[in-house]
Amino acid sequence: MPLVELLRVALEALRVNLMRSILTMLGIIIGVAAVIAMVTVGAGAQAEIDRQISSLGSNLFMVMSGARSRSGVRMATGTEMRLTEADARALKAEIPEIVASAPTMRGVAQVVVGNTNWSTTIQGIDNEYLVARGWQIDEGRDLEPQEIRSGSKVALLGSRVATELFGAGNAIGQTVRIKNVPFTVVGTLVEKGQSSMGSDQDDIAMIPLGAARGRVLGRTGTRADTVNVIFVSVAEGWMMDDVERQIAEVLRQRYRVRPGAEDPFGIRNMSEIVETRAEARQVFNMLLAAVASVSLVVGGIGIMNIMLVSVTERTREIGLRMAVGAKGRDILLQFLVEAVTLCLIGGFLGILLALVITFGIARIAEWPVLLQWPVVVLALGFSGAIGIFFGFYPARKAAAKDPIEALRTE
Amino acid sequence: MLVCEDLHKDYLVGNETVCALDDVSVRVERGEFLSVMGPSGSGKSTFMNMVGCLDTPTRGRIVVDGETVSELSRDALAEVRNRKIGFVFQQFHLLGRTSALDNVELPLLYGGVPRAERAVRAEQALERVGLRDRMGHVPAQLSGGQQQRVAIARALVNRPVVLLADEPTGALDSATGVEIMELFQELNEAGITVLVVTHEPEVAGYARRVLRFRDGRVIADERQPARMTA
Ligand SMILES: Nc1ncnc2c1ncn2[C@@H]1O[C@H](COP(=O)(O)OP(=O)(O)OP(=O)(O)O)[C@@H](O)[C@H]1O
Ligand SMILES: [Mg+2]
Repeated sequence: MPLVELLRVALEALRVNLMRSILTMLGIIIGVAAVIAMVTVGAGAQAEIDRQISSLGSNLFMVMSGARSRSGVRMATGTEMRLTEADARALKAEIPEIVASAPTMRGVAQVVVGNTNWSTTIQGIDNEYLVARGWQIDEGRDLEPQEIRSGSKVALLGSRVATELFGAGNAIGQTVRIKNVPFTVVGTLVEKGQSSMGSDQDDIAMIPLGAARGRVLGRTGTRADTVNVIFVSVAEGWMMDDVERQIAEVLRQRYRVRPGAEDPFGIRNMSEIVETRAEARQVFNMLLAAVASVSLVVGGIGIMNIMLVSVTERTREIGLRMAVGAKGRDILLQFLVEAVTLCLIGGFLGILLALVITFGIARIAEWPVLLQWPVVVLALGFSGAIGIFFGFYPARKAAAKDPIEALRTE
Repeated sequence: MLVCEDLHKDYLVGNETVCALDDVSVRVERGEFLSVMGPSGSGKSTFMNMVGCLDTPTRGRIVVDGETVSELSRDALAEVRNRKIGFVFQQFHLLGRTSALDNVELPLLYGGVPRAERAVRAEQALERVGLRDRMGHVPAQLSGGQQQRVAIARALVNRPVVLLADEPTGALDSATGVEIMELFQELNEAGITVLVVTHEPEVAGYARRVLRFRDGRVIADERQPARMTA
């Protein structure tokens, strides 16, 4: 029998029991919707993660002093060290793959303008920092090397701080007081958005390292050029492993760490940290995958069930078709086409449902919606495959009927 | 044209073997009009199903139009039914929600006849049974007699070598039954071989040869003068 005729018979059979057909499709609809939503939402989340990684600055290491062994136990005193600006310069000088090596200090302080004040992160930086972290100047200028050297009282404001203190007005040239020290704002920074940890990266004020170390974040009893963290950015991602090894080597040499002893510093690959966090999202994806597969299997069983009912109901029709010349294969195909048609229509409705869900989630999570067309095609193909798989047994049962027995049933 | 030799059909019911056909041998020539009679349970339907290739004998040989069908596979039998046999049932067995025309086209569909030719031949068959003006009607919109005519058109559409009817008037009132039998007679006069199972002597009177069954055996094979057409 030609396929067109088979399809016509199938559609007619489904139309006759419309409500039953729709209910049967439900499992497939939900399953397909879950699969597509899973992949689409996953892709959106991945895009968000990529954005966060690029907002960190590309291929970034954080080198920290304060030794911790792998087990997390603090090392014995005496092996303790403090990183210095000299270390940062040495890293850049000795490792050619390093693009920028930025020593920093970090603390929290009130920034005051008139009677407005705002508590924010104060970052002591040198000229390498904006490069290392991929920060861009919005208005004004970066700190001058000469200002860094002399520890001048100049500041760069993150967009959040600038808006909190100056609203829509121009911050450049204004004076802000940090820990009662007046600083002149020389530049503002382009907005960066949330970090992967969920903190607002734009809630920050940057000042020369020297100025920070003095009165603002002043700590006593430390050497004059100590820093908290050195941010190291590397030219290409594939160099990361090698550069990490080289950084460790240079620092071990500088601090004369004995072979076999633990490093008195830590090197963290920032992109890896974000990616690790991204793995948490996989749990959500797994959940959706579970819903999808359970739903598809249950949907498939539903299809099988309804097809068995349909075969029983139409036993006489099967007998008659056989009596006028239908071969087993004709009957098999007829019911298989019916099951596949049912699944494909279900799959199509599932895709529509997935679109609604995806746009909904993307709206709430403010993720980009990335509809994956190959997945849509795959989902349709998969629902067709379910139709064949679960439709085969009922169809074979129909095809195996004896024409006389079939005609005799009431 | 149609040869049955030593046909046996046994059914196993529980532990007992029921002998539905016991050593039946019949020869039917082309163009004959034959009625099959006998009490209920005597094996008439079983015999017709064998001849109609719907069932296979336990033992014996059946030859339809030169082809030994008693040893064919399921699919091969389906093909013989499609090409050589026209079967008419007591219950009509039309597909509901399907127009008379589509019902009649069904055997052509399985015979692989192209679409355009299907429609033409189905129309011709319906015209032959006098239902040209009812082609688009579904079974529910037709009377019992009309439904049986559609079933006869369906049996004719493949130009079978033999038309088999198992109690075709059984579900009809007597007046309509007469009409149907007259249609069979007309078709027979046009050269088609016809076998009709019936209980009613009235109906059997249309045939020129009567085969009587009892307990799975042929007990009589009589020729009779054909009844005059109305
Ligand atoms: N599928 C079957 N299983 C067991 N026995 C069967 C089966 N089909 C027919 N028989 C038996 O075979 C015998 C002949 O049955 P058949 O249907 O041929 O009779 P019939 O002459 O057509 O009767 P009726 O006039 O009532 O239609 C009966 O005894 C019946 O019980
Ligand atoms: Mg019978």
